[in-house]
Amino acid sequence: MSNMYYTKEHEWVKIDGNIATVGISDYAAHQLGDITFVELPKPGKAVKQFEVLCAIESVKAASDIYAPVSGTVLSVNETLNTRPEIVNESPEESAWMATMKMTDPSEVAKLMNREQYDEYRKGL
Amino acid sequence: MELIYEISVNGRRGVRLPASDVPAATPLPGEFLRAEPAGLPELSELDVVRHFTQLSRRNIGVDTTFYPLGSCTMKYNPKAMEEGARLFLPFHPMIALLPGGEALAQGTLAILHHMEEALEEITGMDAVTCQPLAGAHGEMTGIMLIAAYHKAKGNRKKYVIVPDSSHGTNPASAAMAGYQVVTIPTAPYGDMDLEAFKAALNGEVAAVMMTCPNTLGLFNPHIKEICDMAHGVDALVYYDGANLNAILGQLRPGDVGFDVVHVNLHKTFGTPHGSGGPGSGPVGVKKALIPFLPVPRVVRRKDGSFTLAADNPQSIGRMANFFGNFGVIARAYAYTLMLGREGLIEVSELAVLNANYVMSRLKDLYELPFDQTCMHECVFSASRQLQHDIHAIDIAKFLIDKGFHPPTVYFPMIVKEAIMIEPTETESKATLDAFIDAMREAAELAEKDPAALKRAPVTTPISRLDETKAAREQNVCFA
Repeated sequence: MSNMYYTKEHEWVKIDGNIATVGISDYAAHQLGDITFVELPKPGKAVKQFEVLCAIESVKAASDIYAPVSGTVLSVNETLNTRPEIVNESPEESAWMATMKMTDPSEVAKLMNREQYDEYRKGL
Repeated sequence: MELIYEISVNGRRGVRLPASDVPAATPLPGEFLRAEPAGLPELSELDVVRHFTQLSRRNIGVDTTFYPLGSCTMKYNPKAMEEGARLFLPFHPMIALLPGGEALAQGTLAILHHMEEALEEITGMDAVTCQPLAGAHGEMTGIMLIAAYHKAKGNRKKYVIVPDSSHGTNPASAAMAGYQVVTIPTAPYGDMDLEAFKAALNGEVAAVMMTCPNTLGLFNPHIKEICDMAHGVDALVYYDGANLNAILGQLRPGDVGFDVVHVNLHKTFGTPHGSGGPGSGPVGVKKALIPFLPVPRVVRRKDGSFTLAADNPQSIGRMANFFGNFGVIARAYAYTLMLGREGLIEVSELAVLNANYVMSRLKDLYELPFDQTCMHECVFSASRQLQHDIHAIDIAKFLIDKGFHPPTVYFPMIVKEAIMIEPTETESKATLDAFIDAMREAAELAEKDPAALKRAPVTTPISRLDETKAAREQNVCFA
């Protein structure tokens, strides 16, 4: 059973105990085009599920990234400060954006697994 | 083309002055002198003239090229307005504030006052301030007025409602004024989802910001209903004037129920814009908001003369130095007088006609996500071309080779691969046809020779730019 889940806003979250790792989906990265800047959240930032976590800029647009779960930011992927292009190269692995300490594991029920997400995307 | 520093030749001068035959003035004290020469380019006068003339020939603007940049209303700016504005060049904005200066400033004050009156008439508002320096600044002013209104009434408000098709400045202005933004999705028919709006509307909503027609170029038939519902919970309704060119003289926002309006003089009233301005974003309000307007206000005395009034304890204060971008306001006033009532009505008629003509002649080749009669602009999607890996940006680059400024691409963000075309009223059918032909050629190339589109532009001094690198490595210093 995979521990990756997706939001309707195209973020992914990987759940490991009460630690959640967050990024944007390969679909989102492709839609945004070449990423030019990732505004990472500050460690310690507390955020509720589906509220704005941080922001991302591409050649096309600036977009908000929403927190897939509620919690507090533990660490951020500093590599993205100098190499935002890895969001395009490896959106669902190397380009994780932040880890969060989850406050409510039951929120995962509001997310989609890969199969459901692929189905959701087809409808877009 | 080389930079002016690169064509510099050691020792070359534009002018060589003869040796002075009068005694030198007292030299500057040592601490004010440079340790090293300033490092200016060394050139002859002719070198400089050629350099800047060459540069100007590479410039693209509405004076050289059809410029259908959607949402920007890049209409031609009649040169008569420049003459009008030039009359006021000698006047310093401080004059009106100096003792006895008011008598000398009557002309400038009259223009400000008359422009405010004209905009009141055009928008159906009770009062207008010309202070805001651009559209977004007008929005900011408008939302601050709304906040002041609620504060004075003791209303406890938290939210501002904005449709997802809005310009990004709408949620930004609301957030700057301390409100939380509630975004309403667009329904399949292209307007704000009315049911979602009703669900979001409650007593804590301070304002609803609407662009009408919206950024899809569509007129919302429920606009009056939306205003009425908002008023039902004492929320004020803001009219973003970005698309006023579509309804000029046809519909007055104030008559529909809007409480605050901003107008982009640099769009609708044909003053120059692009590359950062200067713009001008006057704001109109209904009676209930007049006490909060920025000061100083231009008022007419009983004897017909004009003066400045700043004794307004509830005012949100100054929004700009002096009286806003006066040069732009003077041009817009000249434009308003030049066109007159009938002319302004014709502006919107022709703007809408031109957009619908372009739309109807391209919709067989380009996807039209919201297929209905449009207002002053139409929004296509390059989704069909995407099957050949051709994106909106490739089509835009190709249009440069064809001698056109590209339309807006990738906005509004709710349309995938958006191509937003706003022809404006000032273009002839021949120009529109030439543009349509180029768009049709691009669609044909997307199928038959997509590589050709990927190479474009090939006629410009610099071909396809690496836009990603430009955005990632923002080093613009000459080293």
